[in-house]
Amino acid sequence: MSKEHRYESGLAVVASDKVKDPGIEPHRVRMTDKSPAKERVANRQVAALFIASAVGSAFAIFAYFAFPITEDLGTVRSNTWWLGIGITLGLFGIGIGAVHWAKTLMPDTEVSEERHQTRGSDEVRARAVEIIKLADKESGFSRRKLIRRTLYTSLALFPLPAIFFFGDLGPNPANTLRHTMWKKGTRLTKDPYGTPIKAAEVTLGSVFHVIPEGLSELPEHKLEEKAKAAVLLVRLDPKDLKEDPAKKDWSYDGIVAYSKICTHVGCPVALYEQQTHHLLCPCHQSTFDLTEHCKVIFGPASRPLPQLPITVDAEGYLVAQSDFTEPVGPSFWER
Amino acid sequence: MKNSRRSPFAAAAVIAIGLMLSGAGYAAASTAINSAPKSEAASAAQIEEGKKLFLSNCASCHGVNGVGTKAAPTLVGVGAAAAEFQVDSGRMPGQASGPQLQVKPKQFTAEQIDAIAAYVGSLGVGPDVPTEDMIAANGNATRGGELFRINCAMCHNAVGAGGALTEGKYAPSLKGVPNDHIYEAMLTGPQNMPVFNDANLTPKDKKDIITYLKFVEANPSAGGYELAGLGPVAEGLFIWILGLGVIVALTIWLGAKSN
Repeated sequence: MSKEHRYESGLAVVASDKVKDPGIEPHRVRMTDKSPAKERVANRQVAALFIASAVGSAFAIFAYFAFPITEDLGTVRSNTWWLGIGITLGLFGIGIGAVHWAKTLMPDTEVSEERHQTRGSDEVRARAVEIIKLADKESGFSRRKLIRRTLYTSLALFPLPAIFFFGDLGPNPANTLRHTMWKKGTRLTKDPYGTPIKAAEVTLGSVFHVIPEGLSELPEHKLEEKAKAAVLLVRLDPKDLKEDPAKKDWSYDGIVAYSKICTHVGCPVALYEQQTHHLLCPCHQSTFDLTEHCKVIFGPASRPLPQLPITVDAEGYLVAQSDFTEPVGPSFWER
Repeated sequence: MKNSRRSPFAAAAVIAIGLMLSGAGYAAASTAINSAPKSEAASAAQIEEGKKLFLSNCASCHGVNGVGTKAAPTLVGVGAAAAEFQVDSGRMPGQASGPQLQVKPKQFTAEQIDAIAAYVGSLGVGPDVPTEDMIAANGNATRGGELFRINCAMCHNAVGAGGALTEGKYAPSLKGVPNDHIYEAMLTGPQNMPVFNDANLTPKDKKDIITYLKFVEANPSAGGYELAGLGPVAEGLFIWILGLGVIVALTIWLGAKSN
């Protein structure tokens, strides 16, 4: 076991005070080796586990027919449950039985094996060199300069196209993160059916989940546009609002509209508390104060939710004054 | 069985039949529970009775004539629906101050609650108590599910299991909540719940939402045990403790020598 190997070369440091190899601990005789009765018990245990497996597999076949999936959705559950129990028992019994068999009945005497040297014998090494030389001679790699150089050229050029392809991955996704579907005059409509909302319908304490008009009619990228343009519309008592004079006309008679996309990592912020006017993000508990332009009052978000400037059109429907004045959602490098 | 497993219409059929069964079953059940029909127009005697009850039970906080005090808001214009929801669910009369009012055993008989609701409804124009037909769970559960996920699920959880809000407040679980309470809560926005008026969620939308909630309540999840429907928290806890625990135990058994 503790035989020292001599290496011809290498960086191995031979420590003079290294910990002594304690060797293999003394062999402990198992009960199954000492007592024939115990051996018989273990024998039967292994057999019982294999029988349990067989029963499980048979039960799985039975369960397939006994618990069919019918019109009742609950039968999906019972079907999966009983089939799963049968199959599990089938495989688990085999595995546990095999391990129990090996642990109790198969020989358990400790054995150690030496590692062989990594260096090949001189004979093998000479033979390898011989093969390489023969391959060179037969292929003419050293002799045929034209082929060799054109091969080098082709190998060098092969990865170059990737540089141009990968150029398309950057430098930034153009302006898509800066703009949403909202623009001057876009009506605020109800999610998901796109019904336009009249200012008079937004009663005190109401909350509307809003998408821009025309979202459902988009030919493509509906979800991407919805993910950026989703808005929460709330009416507060105008005297509860502490508005920045510069943004005074962004609300309409106490009705305010804010982006629903959290400025932390982009979860939909929609837990509105009617009495406290707090808006809570369910993912990381960022809390925004609706009365003060959705400034952050708790949690990891670092910026207020962007406000959508709104007004009403001639027919009394709520419309956007413009797009959001800043990118919605989490911060990104080029903001 | 082969057919039900393979047919492309199986899923649609399952949902449609499930809806019909649960809708019909629930309609029957709810009529049985609310057998006494609510009177359409509150009688003067009922309002008078309600006023007496109000003065002796509610006026100390909500003020004489329900005009509100520093302790409690005005009830003028909240409507009979709000009063019925608060009193019938046992939230009112409030027991103790705290983050929000708790559900507790109701303090009045059905007639008394109707009288209080009629009185509060007479104080000003406000939403009225819904009729049996408006709250019957025989709408479109698929549509209701979509509306629920957009308007309600952020607080109440996708299957109505409830969830936490800020500073000790919470959105209660909707399991076992009577249909009329669900309807009235949407209509009146009790406590910190926002209001969903009939322009926001039409009476049909509300009916569909009730249908969806009753459908989820009546039908077990096809995906196995819901673990209270709480989602990743309960499921994570289960798999980290029980799943990993079993794996650790098996590994120890595999590595241990036989006795």
